[in-house]
Amino acid sequence: MSKRILVATFSLALLATNALAGGHCAADKTLTQGKFTIATGNPAYFPWVLDDAPESGQGFEAAVAYAVAKEMGFTEQDVVWVRSSFDEAIQPGVKNFDVNMQQYSITAERDQVVDFSVPYYTAPMAVLVGASATDTKPTIAALKSLKWGAVGSTTAVQKIASIIQPTNDPLLYGDNADVNAAISANQIDGAMFDLPTALFLSAVMIEGSKVIGQFPAASSDNADQFGMLMEEGNPLKACVDEALTAMINSGTLASIEAQWLQDTTGVPLIK
Amino acid sequence: MPIPEAAGMTRRERYEQKQRLKSLIIAAASTICVVAALVIIVPMTPGWEKVQKSFFNGEVLAKTFPKLLDAFMVNVMIFAWSAPAIAILGLLIALARDAKSPALFPLRIFGAAFTDVFRGVPVILTVYLIGFGIPGLGLPRPWNSPFIWGSLALVLTYSAYVAEIFRAGIDSVHPSQRAAALSLGLSERQVMRDVVLPQAIRNVVPSQMNMLIALQKDVSLLSFIGPVEIFRQAGVFKSLFANFTPYVGAAIIFLIVTIPATRYADYLMARQMRERS
Repeated sequence: MSKRILVATFSLALLATNALAGGHCAADKTLTQGKFTIATGNPAYFPWVLDDAPESGQGFEAAVAYAVAKEMGFTEQDVVWVRSSFDEAIQPGVKNFDVNMQQYSITAERDQVVDFSVPYYTAPMAVLVGASATDTKPTIAALKSLKWGAVGSTTAVQKIASIIQPTNDPLLYGDNADVNAAISANQIDGAMFDLPTALFLSAVMIEGSKVIGQFPAASSDNADQFGMLMEEGNPLKACVDEALTAMINSGTLASIEAQWLQDTTGVPLIK
Repeated sequence: MPIPEAAGMTRRERYEQKQRLKSLIIAAASTICVVAALVIIVPMTPGWEKVQKSFFNGEVLAKTFPKLLDAFMVNVMIFAWSAPAIAILGLLIALARDAKSPALFPLRIFGAAFTDVFRGVPVILTVYLIGFGIPGLGLPRPWNSPFIWGSLALVLTYSAYVAEIFRAGIDSVHPSQRAAALSLGLSERQVMRDVVLPQAIRNVVPSQMNMLIALQKDVSLLSFIGPVEIFRQAGVFKSLFANFTPYVGAAIIFLIVTIPATRYADYLMARQMRERS
């Protein structure tokens, strides 16, 4: 009898330490000991998270999150999801997440206030146009004359201003839903999103719209790289980077990308 | 009759001067204490450095302020065409609610329904509904511009409030004046135009000033449907720099405009109180 209790206690202890076996990098560095707290958007959008349920591991970011957690030595049960807005992510106080994953583009300015992991995805920017402008050619010259819109908090705003330099001032919105409404109401011709988001919006949300082109992701100036956002100086960054780098080298990240973002090829490049 | 003293102050005046000096010293000392406490204690808090970097970043402010000023011109523009429209529509609604003739009863109902609806609905819902909804019906450009329909949303909401203030002004003119003017042979219309309204409008000017100040800030709600006014521009900078300082810059610009306007409204209010008493 006492032996069984001993075994039970032992296996329980084993279970508890199992999460961070072998004094793993992330030990003592997370918000809650033995848990990995990840923030996502509210709501989180397809194809990054399916059905607004990151716990399912369905969707690109959700899948990457679980893969990174596994690489860092956490089990699926150790992953805790919270929701956060962009403003919560950059506010100066204590954060309620270890890492925040919601298509945050890495920029030098942002990097001064928060820390970013190595990029987990390089997003080509794409142009989504409404039903009235689907004939627009994918050239900068043709795009200049469009009436533009974008989500004000994204790097698309800078891209429109620096690459396209449209004749009319762009209109800016609070979120994707408002941009959709403006395209549907024909108040703007086109909007700039990262390619996967643009494809989703055109296929599901905005009737008659079309993704007419993408900017080459590799061209160094306008590559939009998504990183996991962390509090400035978070010691966890080294562990997250290590895990992501391992996943890049092993091809895990590429296969997750192929699984969830396979549609992103086949959209013409903008010249 | 007391004989005035030949020179110098009376005892009373000396006493009062002493009292004034004393209260001045106390006021100065307490102000210095509070300011010193803020200046010394706040920076001693552990998070101050981070907060300062996030909200009061001189470098970011210098970079963004000129653009914010540019964007503020959009606010001024929207304000400039909305305010007169609000004044006119508000007055019309107030008159509609005041219509006495039984034949105009539908007009009274309309006026009451209008104020009930637009005062009761959050401004942002009206802005969304009219700013996206009406253009969504299929209007051609440029008639689907968010500037037009967003401004209309503001005009509808604000004229509901303004109408109520005008109505209070109209009610504040004593009925005996109407009766007197009618007995002189003026028509209902003339009584309203020449006797009641001039007084009513004068009476509510200070209250309407407060509406102007509120409108000036609410113009920013139009940023939800596209126009890049100061609030949206500050938001863009916030995202770009991951820093809240641009909002502080926007607040400074707002304050430069609203503080004089508020003081002026206070002054008008005080003058009105003096005239009435």
